[in-house]
Amino acid sequence: MAASENLVIAGVELASRLFIGTAGYPNQRIMVDAVEASGSDLVTLSLRRISLQGHGSDTARLLAGKRFLPNTAGCETARDAILTAELAREALGTNWIKVEVIGDRETLYPDVGELLEATRQLVDRGFVVLPYCNDDPVICARLADLGAAAVMPMGSLIGSGMGVANPANLELICARSPVPVIVDAGIGTASDAVIAMELGASGVLLNTAVAKADNPVQMARAMRHAVEAGYEARMAGRIPKRGRAEPSSPQLGLVGS
Amino acid sequence: MKLTINGESRDSAAKDLATLWQEETAELGLSGPQGFAIALNGEVVRRAQWAETPLESGDTVEIIRAFSGG
Repeated sequence: MAASENLVIAGVELASRLFIGTAGYPNQRIMVDAVEASGSDLVTLSLRRISLQGHGSDTARLLAGKRFLPNTAGCETARDAILTAELAREALGTNWIKVEVIGDRETLYPDVGELLEATRQLVDRGFVVLPYCNDDPVICARLADLGAAAVMPMGSLIGSGMGVANPANLELICARSPVPVIVDAGIGTASDAVIAMELGASGVLLNTAVAKADNPVQMARAMRHAVEAGYEARMAGRIPKRGRAEPSSPQLGLVGS
Repeated sequence: MKLTINGESRDSAAKDLATLWQEETAELGLSGPQGFAIALNGEVVRRAQWAETPLESGDTVEIIRAFSGG
């Protein structure tokens, strides 16, 4: 069995391969408990104008001590994503940024041209860039070439819970990527996270699957186990599939033979 | 003086960013500017420079905070 190791991104060792979002929980108590139950030490945040009120405004304070991964969610241009990243660096004191540049509001699919440009410029500005991207091996390679610290291909559409829609693509990306691959978006339940990890992902980022579960804290715990189980199974090396039965018990010394 | 603050055109008498910050957040009951940031005309201004950064009519200011996100 290959050794189990902690995930390292940009030289930082992370205690968990599960990254968790902080939005959409029934309340802040459940959010904090779910983050705790997930075992994650990297949590995502957004940046919003102060005019936006609501219970998301004290999230950073409630999660003090966690490592923050601010995002550029909602940005539609490289320019806006870069300004949002700069604001995040100032507000939160971290140079890590999840770069999300959306090309279509209905599918929330990335705008690849803008994403590549944002990644290039943010790497130049000293950011640790984790781009949310298409599950496309070429785009993932280009992002890594530009200096992305990890690539975060979609499992399926954001918030859809459809799991890993294209396992063959994801496996290709994982096999070829020079940087860690974090499956971001689309995870619906624990088995989806297991599959992502078994396909070779270095980690999983999810939010809605936990936040909108009937019991978010319990689902967070399930996701923690799922990511660990998928990773261990991947490292352990699965048996090949075969079309015939193969008895597990000895075939000699049978009673009555 | 006309400023565009978080996308809204408004009148403000604030002469610098620190004063504007105080005016804009007075009702939020904050203990300090941790978790917040300001951009003036598309460039982030470090917190330590807010008091020395004058505002001029027509300036565009973004005042943001960390919020929950995915």
